[in-house]
Amino acid sequence: MSIELIISLVKANIVLAVLLTNTILLIWFERKVVAGMQSRVGPDRAGPFGILQTLADAIKLLLKEQILPSKADRAMYLLAPLIALVPSFLIFMIIPLGPDITVEWQNALYTIPLVGADLNVGVLYFLALSSIAVYSVVLAGWSSGSKYPLLGGVRASAQMISYEAAMGLALVPVILYSGSLSLVDIVNSQSGNLSSSIPILNTIVSFIPKWNIFPQFVAFGIFFIAAVAEVNRAPFDLVEAEQELVGGFHTEYSGFRFAMFFLAEYINMFNMCAITATFFLGGWLGPTFEGILPPIFSVIMPIIWLGVKTFLLLFVFVWIRATLPRLRYDQLMELGWKRMIPLSLVWLILSAIVLGLREFGLPWS
Amino acid sequence: MVDLILFFIPSALIIIGALIVVFAKNPVHNAMGLVMTLVSIAIIYITLNATFVAMVQMLVYAGAVMTLFLFVIMMIGVDKKEQSSESIKGQTFLVSGVFLILISILGYVAISSEFKWDLWFEAVEFAVEGTPQLIAGTLFTAWIFPFEIISILLIVATAAAIALAYDSKRKKNDV
Amino acid sequence: MISYFQDYVTIGAVLGFGLFLVVLLLGVASVLRPNKPYAEKLQTYECGVDPVGTGWSQTYVRYYIFGLLFVIFDVEAVFIFPWAINLEKLGYFGLIEMFVFIFILLIGLIYAIRKDVLKWES
Repeated sequence: MSIELIISLVKANIVLAVLLTNTILLIWFERKVVAGMQSRVGPDRAGPFGILQTLADAIKLLLKEQILPSKADRAMYLLAPLIALVPSFLIFMIIPLGPDITVEWQNALYTIPLVGADLNVGVLYFLALSSIAVYSVVLAGWSSGSKYPLLGGVRASAQMISYEAAMGLALVPVILYSGSLSLVDIVNSQSGNLSSSIPILNTIVSFIPKWNIFPQFVAFGIFFIAAVAEVNRAPFDLVEAEQELVGGFHTEYSGFRFAMFFLAEYINMFNMCAITATFFLGGWLGPTFEGILPPIFSVIMPIIWLGVKTFLLLFVFVWIRATLPRLRYDQLMELGWKRMIPLSLVWLILSAIVLGLREFGLPWS
Repeated sequence: MVDLILFFIPSALIIIGALIVVFAKNPVHNAMGLVMTLVSIAIIYITLNATFVAMVQMLVYAGAVMTLFLFVIMMIGVDKKEQSSESIKGQTFLVSGVFLILISILGYVAISSEFKWDLWFEAVEFAVEGTPQLIAGTLFTAWIFPFEIISILLIVATAAAIALAYDSKRKKNDV
Repeated sequence: MISYFQDYVTIGAVLGFGLFLVVLLLGVASVLRPNKPYAEKLQTYECGVDPVGTGWSQTYVRYYIFGLLFVIFDVEAVFIFPWAINLEKLGYFGLIEMFVFIFILLIGLIYAIRKDVLKWES
C-alpha cells in the first residue's frame, strides 16, 4: 500500500464522517432556528439542547417497517434512494477546506491539500453530479406506481433542470475572474483585497476583501436563488407541496429509505452553501491571526472560516424557509426561464466586456 | 494489473448497461441502462486522462439528454404496449446481417493480431492542468466556424421542438 | 501516474465507502425492523380511498419542451466554460465570437418566450 493510497482512504473516511456529523448538526440547527422564528421551543429532550434529536430520529426510522407498494417497479424503487444519497457525498469532495498542509512522517515531508479531490474540471464535476441527482427524483416518483409521486417527481425534475441551467450560467463570470475550473484556484483567485485604478476609490475599496460577491453580486443572487431551487427548499418546495401533492416523490417511501432521501436533501443543502461560500465568499480565506494564536490554528482557522460562512448561508436558507410562502408552479418556471436565464446571460456578457476592457485595453487603441 | 482492472470494470458495466437497453421490457429500465453505459464511458475517459470530455459526457449525455428521454417516455406513457411487429419489411433479417458483418470484422481483427491486446499505449505526456485549456485553445481558434454553426443547429432544434409540440391542432385537454 | 489519479482514487473511495455504509445500514435495518406486509398495506396512497387505474398516467408535453431547452442550454454552458478559462489568450476575437454564439441562442430563447411556450397555462 502506497502512502498516496492511504491518504486517499483516510480522506474518504474523513469526508464521510464530517458529512454525517454535520447533517445531524444541521437538521437540529434548522429545527431550532425555525422554532425560534415561530416562537416555539423546538427539540429539547434528547441530549443537551436536544442536539441528539436527529440521531434519535434516525434510529427510529431504522427500526420502522419498509413498505414496498404492490404496484411499485421494484428495481427502480430500490435504486432511487441510492442515486439520491451517493452524489451528495461526492459533491462535497471538491470543496477546498484550507490551504495545503505539510506533514512529516518517517523522515519524509508530505504535502497534503486540504481538499477531497482537486479536479481541474471541478465546476463541471459539480454540475454533472447535480444533474445525476435529478434521476433520483424522477425514478422515485415514477417507480412508486402512484399518482402523487409521479406528479411530484416530474414537476421536481423540471424545476431542477430549469434552475440548473441558470446556475451553470451564473458561474461563468466567476470562472472568467479565476481563469480555472478548479475550486482550489477559484478560492486562491479571491485572496487579497480589491483595488481600483482611481486613487480615491482605491483607498475606500482596498479594505474590502477580493471576494467574488462584491463585483459579482448579480451572479451571486442568481446562483443563490438557483441553489435554493435546486435542493427543493422553500419557497421552491413544490416537490413536496404537502397541501396538493401529499409528500411529492417520496410519498410511498417509508423507513430507512425515506431517511435516505431526507439525509440527501440536507447534505445537498450543506454542499450548496459550502459551494456558494467557495465561489462567492472566498471559501476558507480569512484572517488566521498568526502569531497571536498557537501555530495549530493556522491549520484550523481556514476550516473555521469556511464553517462560519457556510452556516451563515444555511441560516439564510432556514430564514427564507420560515419567511416566504411557496411559489405557484407557473410562477416558478417563469422566474427560472424568463428572468434568471436571460439575466444571467446578459450579466455574463457584461462581465466579459468589463474584463476584456481591463485586460486588453480599448479595442481601438 | 491496475490498468487492466481500471479498463475491465467500466467495460463490463458498459456492456451490461447496453444489454439492459436492448433486452429490458420497460422503457424506463432501458433508459437507466443507457445512463449506466454513458456514465461508465465517462469513467473510461477519466482513465484516459480526458477529464473534460468525461465531465461533458456526464453533464450533457448522462444528465441532460437522458432526462429528456425520460420526459418523453413519461409523456408517451410507460404502460403502453411495446410494438413487436416489424415496421420495415425484413428488418430482423437486415439487422442480423449487419450484426454478423460487425462480428466477423471484430473476429478478423482479433485473430490477425494473434490476440496480443496491448492495453498499454505509448505513454503520452499530458500537462495534467491542460485538458480544458487545450480544448479551448483549438476550439476557439481553428474550429471557430463549426463552433458558430453549432449555435445555429441548437436554435433549429429549439424551433423544431416548439413547432412539434405546439402546432395549431393541439388538443387543449392533454393530461 | 498516481499523482494524477489520486484525486479520482479518493472519489472512488468515497463512492465505495458511501455505498458500503448505505448497504450496511439497510442490512442492519432489515434485521431489526418488522416486516408484516398485507394487501391493504401495500396499496398506494390515494387520499384513503382505493386507488384507481395504474398510476402511470401520461405527463404533459410541456415537460418535453423544458427538457429540450435544458439540453440546449447545457450544451451552450459546456462551450462557454472552456471559453471562460481561456479568454485572456483569445482576446477580443474570442469575446466577439462568443457574443455571436450567445446572441443566436438568446434569439431562440426570445422566440420561445414570444411563442408563449414558457408560459405555464392550465
